Amino acid sequence: MSLYNFKKIQPVPTSTDFVDIVLSKTQRKTPTVIHKNYNIGRIRQFYMRKVKFTQDSFDEKFKLILDEFPKLDDIHPFYADLMNVLYDKDHYKLALGQVNTARHLIDQVAKDYCRLMKFGDSLYRCKQLKKAALGRMATVMKRQKDSLAYLEQVRQHLARLPSIDPNTRTLLICGYPNVGKSSFINKITRADVDVQPYAFTTKSLFVGHMDYKYLRWQVIDTPGILDHPLEERNTIEMQSITAMAHLRSCIMFFMDLSEQCGYSVVDQVKLFHSIKPLFANKPIMLVINKIDQAKPEDLPEDQKKMIEEIMEKDAATVVTMSCYLDEGVMQVRNASCDKLLAARVEMKMKGQKINDVINKIHLAEPVARDNVVRAPQIPAAAANRPKFDIKDPNRRRLERDIEAENGGAGVFSADYKKRYDLADSEWKYDVIPEFWEGHNVADFIDPDIEEKLEALEREEERLEKEGFYDSAEEIMDSDEEELKATAESIREKKKLIVQAHRAAKGNRNLIPKMVAGRNSTVDDMNDHLSKMGIDASAVMDRARSVTRKRTRSESRADDSVREASVAERGSTLVRDRSTAGLRNVKQKVEADKQKKVSQRRPNLFAKRGEADRDIQTKMPKHLFSGKAAVGKRDRR
Amino acid sequence: MHITRCYFCSGPCYPGHGTMFVRNDSKTFRFCRSKCHKNFKMKRNPRKIRWTKAFRKAAGKEMTIDSTFEFEKRRNVPVRYDRNLMATTVKAMKRVQEIRAKRERAFFKNRMAGKKDQERAENVKILQQNIELAPTASQRVKNQVAKIQEQKLDQMEMDN
Repeated sequence: MSLYNFKKIQPVPTSTDFVDIVLSKTQRKTPTVIHKNYNIGRIRQFYMRKVKFTQDSFDEKFKLILDEFPKLDDIHPFYADLMNVLYDKDHYKLALGQVNTARHLIDQVAKDYCRLMKFGDSLYRCKQLKKAALGRMATVMKRQKDSLAYLEQVRQHLARLPSIDPNTRTLLICGYPNVGKSSFINKITRADVDVQPYAFTTKSLFVGHMDYKYLRWQVIDTPGILDHPLEERNTIEMQSITAMAHLRSCIMFFMDLSEQCGYSVVDQVKLFHSIKPLFANKPIMLVINKIDQAKPEDLPEDQKKMIEEIMEKDAATVVTMSCYLDEGVMQVRNASCDKLLAARVEMKMKGQKINDVINKIHLAEPVARDNVVRAPQIPAAAANRPKFDIKDPNRRRLERDIEAENGGAGVFSADYKKRYDLADSEWKYDVIPEFWEGHNVADFIDPDIEEKLEALEREEERLEKEGFYDSAEEIMDSDEEELKATAESIREKKKLIVQAHRAAKGNRNLIPKMVAGRNSTVDDMNDHLSKMGIDASAVMDRARSVTRKRTRSESRADDSVREASVAERGSTLVRDRSTAGLRNVKQKVEADKQKKVSQRRPNLFAKRGEADRDIQTKMPKHLFSGKAAVGKRDRR
Repeated sequence: MHITRCYFCSGPCYPGHGTMFVRNDSKTFRFCRSKCHKNFKMKRNPRKIRWTKAFRKAAGKEMTIDSTFEFEKRRNVPVRYDRNLMATTVKAMKRVQEIRAKRERAFFKNRMAGKKDQERAENVKILQQNIELAPTASQRVKNQVAKIQEQKLDQMEMDN
């Protein structure tokens, strides 16, 4: 769309708002917690960051303003002039310049205070320095109050300007006030311009758009202009002048011959001549409006002549129409557009660009390089071959025919091998071996296999000669054999020992050696010793004598002694503890008696004794906490 | 028809046997049996699995460089069928296989060359250390061990 869009400029805040925005941003976006017992470097850095951040945000905002506002030197002269007329060039430049200066000042302030901050020796000092820095920045901003306010107003006005594209096809409507300019634009475009029966109804430029010959056209309605020197013109008129001077367009000068507008025909012609310099090199249309009221034919001779003069001298086309009756409006529009198009084409033809367009169009044609005729070549066999005709009895026989003769599709299978091109046609139907002992025969196929095999055979012979395959079969002598057998038997034994050890180590109660020994017999000992290569006969004899059975009379002790014998070596592991720690029977008897006496009184009063059932903890914690999964019943 | 090699164990995969896995980058993996396929799925490296050909070759347990290997390879050069060539080829295959087997035997023997001395040293060592576990050992063996020990000591003295 249009190149110039002033609607996107960001609003410019007032100076107080500006300061508020920046300071609150600093507060939000920088750390806020600091204590005086922090490392001084950290404190300095904390405040320095605040100052720098504030400066950055100011900078960013200013930069945005400076970037977004159009620079008068860079934009199209039409807009530059229009802005000069509307906002005063000097004022505008001054305001932007001040904003730029403020930006530099704030940068300077931040730089200075950051430097000072390096010498701050306490939290308090640093804080004061930061405060001073931000204060000075705010002061700088306060001085920008007027320029910021002015820029905001300019922005608001700029946003409402019609978006005029200075380079596109344009019809520019001008003339005295009240000659029917706005009515025309309302007729030919969708614009809705206010039309009133008094002068200067239109106070600014209006734009309408229309289509003609599948092109977009913009139609600009200008405020009416009066005939007086340029210096005396007011802002409204100056807008029209700017548009006329800078837009490359078709000028449509409107005239009202009925003089209902309040200006005589002579005045109107005069105006045309006075603003004529602005139309140089532009197509001009002299539009005579309101022909329902007065037609050019009815004019007095002298006025007719004036119009004819314009026609001849200034190459203006005179057209007539009536917006009121809708008569000739479209003809006027079409004539103007055509004229403008013709003018634009003419301009382009004159300009530099035409060469670029012409260069693009190039038709290449090969040139004959010599006089040799290069006709297409067709082999004689192909040319003489008779055309295939299915009804011809002598035609070529096809595979299809063979198939049909042998029982048709599904019965006959075509012979794919018959056209094999081999050295000997006998080989065509050979069965080719595919595999041999897990190998692909195809992987061995190689035209040079014979030579390679021969090379291998030669290599083999050489190796055989060199004694590569010779090996002395070593025969073990008997010594060696015995050594090996003995070592093997030791290994076996070692393995058994380890196994036994592992079995004993398993997850079960260890039987004490003393107890285990109780079950071992003298024969076991004999076995063990003989295995170790020790002659155990002497030991055996001695052991036998000891374990020989005694007679009953010898072994049987007195009853009372048997009962009282303390720490007797019993046959079971459970020992009678009632006798533990007592020296003799007498002591035991005494102990029993004392026990009885001590229990007499508690028993009398049904007191709880040692033997009573006792529940110490009703709900032991370890049994009632945690999840009850499988196998967690008594221990969780 | 073509016998492919198993990706994992390098054994032959006959047509109609085994499994093929086609990865989404279109690389195909042929497995001779489910064992190989499972091992592959476990992301095992065939070079580190002792029973594969790849391991045996990488660990120097089998012959890897030999002129007999030059005969069998996919040449990707079309050769027109020739009955004589086919006959020579089949003959050559058998001969090559024979030679290769012979060389493999030689390779194995060569590889096992130092084994006997090593075993003997181990036997002697165990006899020295645990002679009490062999009560029935003959005097001849004991003498032999003692002699070897003596020799060893002499050797050490000479070295010093």
